[in-house]
Amino acid sequence: MGTRMSVEEIVGSLESGMTIGIGGWGSRRKPMALVRAVYRSSLTDLTIVSYGGPDVGLLCAAGKVRRVVAPFVTLDSIALEPHFRAARQRGTVEFTEYDEGMFMFGLLAAAHRLPFLPTRAGLGSDVMRVNPGLRTVRSPYDDGEELVAVPALTMDAALVHLDVADTRGNGRYLGPDPYMDDLFAKAAGRCFVSCERMVEPGELAGPPQTLLVSRMHVTGVVETPDGGHFTDLGEKGRDEAFQRHYAASAADPQAWAAFADRFLTGDEEAYRKAVRQWHEEEGR
Amino acid sequence: MSATRAEICVVACAEAWRGDGEILAAAMGTCSILGARLARLTFEPGLLTTDGGALLTAEAVPIGAPAGAAEGWLPFREHLWLVQNGRRHVMMGASQIDRYGNTNISAIGDWTRPKSQLLGVRGAPGNTICNPTSYWIPRQSTRVFVPKVDVVSGVGHDRAAGLGPEAARFHDLRRVVTDLAVFDFATPDGSMRLVSVHPGIEVEQVRAATGFDLVVEGEVPETRQPTGEELRLIREVLDPRSLREREVKP
Repeated sequence: MGTRMSVEEIVGSLESGMTIGIGGWGSRRKPMALVRAVYRSSLTDLTIVSYGGPDVGLLCAAGKVRRVVAPFVTLDSIALEPHFRAARQRGTVEFTEYDEGMFMFGLLAAAHRLPFLPTRAGLGSDVMRVNPGLRTVRSPYDDGEELVAVPALTMDAALVHLDVADTRGNGRYLGPDPYMDDLFAKAAGRCFVSCERMVEPGELAGPPQTLLVSRMHVTGVVETPDGGHFTDLGEKGRDEAFQRHYAASAADPQAWAAFADRFLTGDEEAYRKAVRQWHEEEGR
Repeated sequence: MSATRAEICVVACAEAWRGDGEILAAAMGTCSILGARLARLTFEPGLLTTDGGALLTAEAVPIGAPAGAAEGWLPFREHLWLVQNGRRHVMMGASQIDRYGNTNISAIGDWTRPKSQLLGVRGAPGNTICNPTSYWIPRQSTRVFVPKVDVVSGVGHDRAAGLGPEAARFHDLRRVVTDLAVFDFATPDGSMRLVSVHPGIEVEQVRAATGFDLVVEGEVPETRQPTGEELRLIREVLDPRSLREREVKP
């Protein structure tokens, strides 16, 4: 059963060299409070498994990442993630690149405790060239078709961010898309849930089919108001102005140092305060 | 009431879905999204379109507008399932494309240490091997239309042929629309052919913006003009804020 933990306790339970999955999609419902805490931590040499957004970018900028496993890294409304680009162009991170459907099959395989799942996605493309570890498998039935055998994307730990969770670790999403968060929870040895709002058991009001993550897969849960900022949180939307500030700062080392100093050195309370002040100064 | 280049592009994109019937028109890029919705409002009423997010909209909505009533739910996991299922015709973008329709959205230069890291392959490998695929390229140039793409994200005809008929049986590259012209692959070896040039564009201009040998057969017709009703739908219903004109300069 998920127990209540602090952001620091969750990140303190992770170890350097681990493979960590991060839920959400692009710049949408990312567990940014947990990502910011990893950014501040002493963790290194991480393998990050993600439908990548600023989670991947921030951790690359902090030098936490040895390998990124992803089908893309994007900020959505800003197509290219500047820190990930810089890390790739400097050759400072390794990259395992998947088609986004292949990637889902990897999560499904891990969640089902299967070594792989077959798919057509990837055949004929350079994904097979740039990931020389990928194998194909021949159908044992009459068709005899050759397919890509997507290896299970197993992880030591997964971090996901949901709109509401209870103190036991059951989580509900409120936006239009569950992304793959439940698959991350099921594919990982341990899953940690952060949530915008925490309630008592039995108070997760809403349609039952939005109860995405079950406490049976959750090790720890933490309430992090605005913990998904600046990524898209359904009705709350994305803080586009702040995302633009993030991307613009990333383009220049001095500007990035100032950004990191202002927003990323303190805890979540300090972050929220700094963001509020920034918005006041910018008049938006 | 003469059409702008962007409006001609919207109609050329719409034409990609002609005859598709009751499938998802998945579109990327402003003119492509407008094209899918225009096709639905005119000659291809069976098409399904999205709000750009997780909803299949009950009606074709203006670009950037709220979805309104939904007729279905297509979150990313279902969208990725639909790619495998195949009841979908996608119109993607491409940073590079070659004569056989191989495309790249992953990285420019050597993949191991790219000169320019782009998005990653995203869904391009699965899209191209599983369901009909077209491309919308807002600015054709020799930087985009290249002899050889650096990282094959979307699978072209030569690559598909190399897989054999079994593995490639759902591979179906349809057409490429750019700001200059329309292309298809209706040649014996599946290489790119000029279908039409947009009004005011010369064939030589298209050749000059193409970094490979383009198949040009005889007199090349002009891309068709939007009808009055199509122009009304584009200007008054689907894109009253003229976002299309930002994507394609006159």
